Amino acid sequence: MDAKTKRLNAIITPIIAVVLAFAIGSIFILISGHNPIEGFLALLEVFSNIYNIGEWFSTASILILTGTAVAFAFRTGMFNIGAEGQFMMGAITGIAVGSIQGLPIFIHLPLTIIAAGLAGALWAGIPGILKAAFKVHEVVVCIMLNYIALFFSNFLVENWLKNPNATAQTIAIEPSASLSMGWLSDIFNGARVNLGIFIALGAVILFWFLIKKTTFGYQLRAVGLNQDAAKYAGISVNRNIVFSMMIAGAFAGLAGVIYSNGIFTYITSTSGFLSFGMDGIAVALLGNSTPFGTLLSALLFSFLQAGAKTMQVSAGIPAEIVSIITALIIFFVASSYAIQFVLRKLTEKKAKKGGAQNAV
Amino acid sequence: MQFDFGTFQQLLVILIPTTLAVSAPIIITAIGGLYSERSGVVNIGLEGMMVIGAFTCALTILGLEKSLGIWAVVIALVLSAIAGAILALFHAFASISMRANQIISGTAINIMGLAGALYACRVLFNSKETEAIGVSVTKFGVPFLKDIPFIGPILFDSWYPTMFIVIGVVLFTWYLLYYRPFGYHLRACGEHPGAADSMGINVTKMRYIGVIISGVLAGLGGALVVLTISTKFSELTIAGMGFLALAALVFGKWNPFGVLGAGLFFGLTKTLGIIFPVVFPDLNIPNVVFQIFPYVMTILALVLFSRKSAGPKAAGVVYDKGSR
Repeated sequence: MDAKTKRLNAIITPIIAVVLAFAIGSIFILISGHNPIEGFLALLEVFSNIYNIGEWFSTASILILTGTAVAFAFRTGMFNIGAEGQFMMGAITGIAVGSIQGLPIFIHLPLTIIAAGLAGALWAGIPGILKAAFKVHEVVVCIMLNYIALFFSNFLVENWLKNPNATAQTIAIEPSASLSMGWLSDIFNGARVNLGIFIALGAVILFWFLIKKTTFGYQLRAVGLNQDAAKYAGISVNRNIVFSMMIAGAFAGLAGVIYSNGIFTYITSTSGFLSFGMDGIAVALLGNSTPFGTLLSALLFSFLQAGAKTMQVSAGIPAEIVSIITALIIFFVASSYAIQFVLRKLTEKKAKKGGAQNAV
Repeated sequence: MQFDFGTFQQLLVILIPTTLAVSAPIIITAIGGLYSERSGVVNIGLEGMMVIGAFTCALTILGLEKSLGIWAVVIALVLSAIAGAILALFHAFASISMRANQIISGTAINIMGLAGALYACRVLFNSKETEAIGVSVTKFGVPFLKDIPFIGPILFDSWYPTMFIVIGVVLFTWYLLYYRPFGYHLRACGEHPGAADSMGINVTKMRYIGVIISGVLAGLGGALVVLTISTKFSELTIAGMGFLALAALVFGKWNPFGVLGAGLFFGLTKTLGIIFPVVFPDLNIPNVVFQIFPYVMTILALVLFSRKSAGPKAAGVVYDKGSR
């Protein structure tokens, strides 16, 4: 396969995956006794007002970052299924640091954001270090750490950071640690879009710059492509694994602080995951682990999530359908071997049929 | 609730039967994972398969309990196993035939299982959970054994009959895996598929079987949760038990009896987390310690075992005939 068809496939495969997922999603909607077309039209209501668009961007900022957290690790050949836990550690750190009193905003806000990113980085460093030092598979460690983060964060919510006047809820952060900006919210008619959207866009650019423009990024990609070859070339595989995981974790931690200090000013204890980290996996896969692919697919998934609400309100279709579609997209992208196989057959046939006139 | 335990025995009478009830679904699901991983396919989708099993069980019983009574439970167990198997078939198709990354496919299975069950709940019950089931399996005292002094009341006075299924599955698996040709073939596919293939073993077929058995057992595991621990299906019915099963598999070194021990251990820590603060309110050990304990132990176990690499060598690797 030449480079051009390879690149074309990289674009066409996710599109086919999305279309297939929507087709099967329609069947689910039909079975539940609703009209899929009506449902998808209701989905488009996200565009109907500026407030909905603002809410879309606020979810997007989180998914861009958790998506980047998974995609960045993928580039080193690491599967960061722990973005969920890193997200939670970022969120709870955002609340803890954000509730310190008496700091001026120009110190407090950056301090909070950095602390949350650091918390995510350290949490992701654990599977990174264990993989580098003991060859422990990062996936199982990440899953375990997700649960530890969930219970630990709940413990903090219900004990040290507890709001005495409410149940299972933290104290609110100081206004000086809030990512929510009045002027930005005003543009979107009071939607909860916040500074996070700029952090997210910054992260995408940083991702692109690190991977494409630095020696470090070159080494990361080399390790991701072939560890043995990278080692032979004198690249420290272990160091790159740890760094890559920590940078990935920092992205997820930032996603957490956007959730806790941008969209809300407190967090509640939760019996299950918020699933931003899991959605990050879908985002990264669909985006083919590239910076701009991740950005686009995060926008698609957050659009679906915003649309799930409008779909439930105006067409009465259960919002869970969006999770089903998300799972189907992951499934089809993961099985892209089949899609590419069919594509290759089709192009081969065309080449034979077209003969000389199509030859370039 | 006011608890006042006079003696150590009374504490054990509560602790051990509860531990057994909590462990049973973890163990049976982990044994399911064992079949899959021994055949060479990592199955992170156990959680989703448990979810779909639990949902199917609750739904079947709700539909049949009025007409069939306790027999609805039997049918529910069968249908839960089938539901788990169907979801597993997707994982098998993607990760074996379509050469998908097994971990990513498993992740999709997990999301799909929970989302599918919740979607159906919304459609059928207009709620995020099913209604509570009426019939359930009841505890019973094992005849004669329950009369043994001290041990009897602790171990045998309040047994769930489902525990027999679990013990049966563990024993059968051990026998099958180490004493039958099928077991040799299955393990060969997980250790060295190329060699297995050259000996005439159909690697693809064995892996399909391994993954589907994992779905059957995880589906049953989910059903056991509904029958013995919870009385309905909701978002929180399974909440991580599939991942605990995965942990038990790692901790039990991919060995049936190891898995049994690890499952009991995790069940115990989970139960302690529930019982300890009630029994010893003065000790002031935060609940979070018990909650995170199994997960921390698993990470430690991984670090300790990793050098010996207890897992099947080819688990997670797509088998490509051409690379033999």
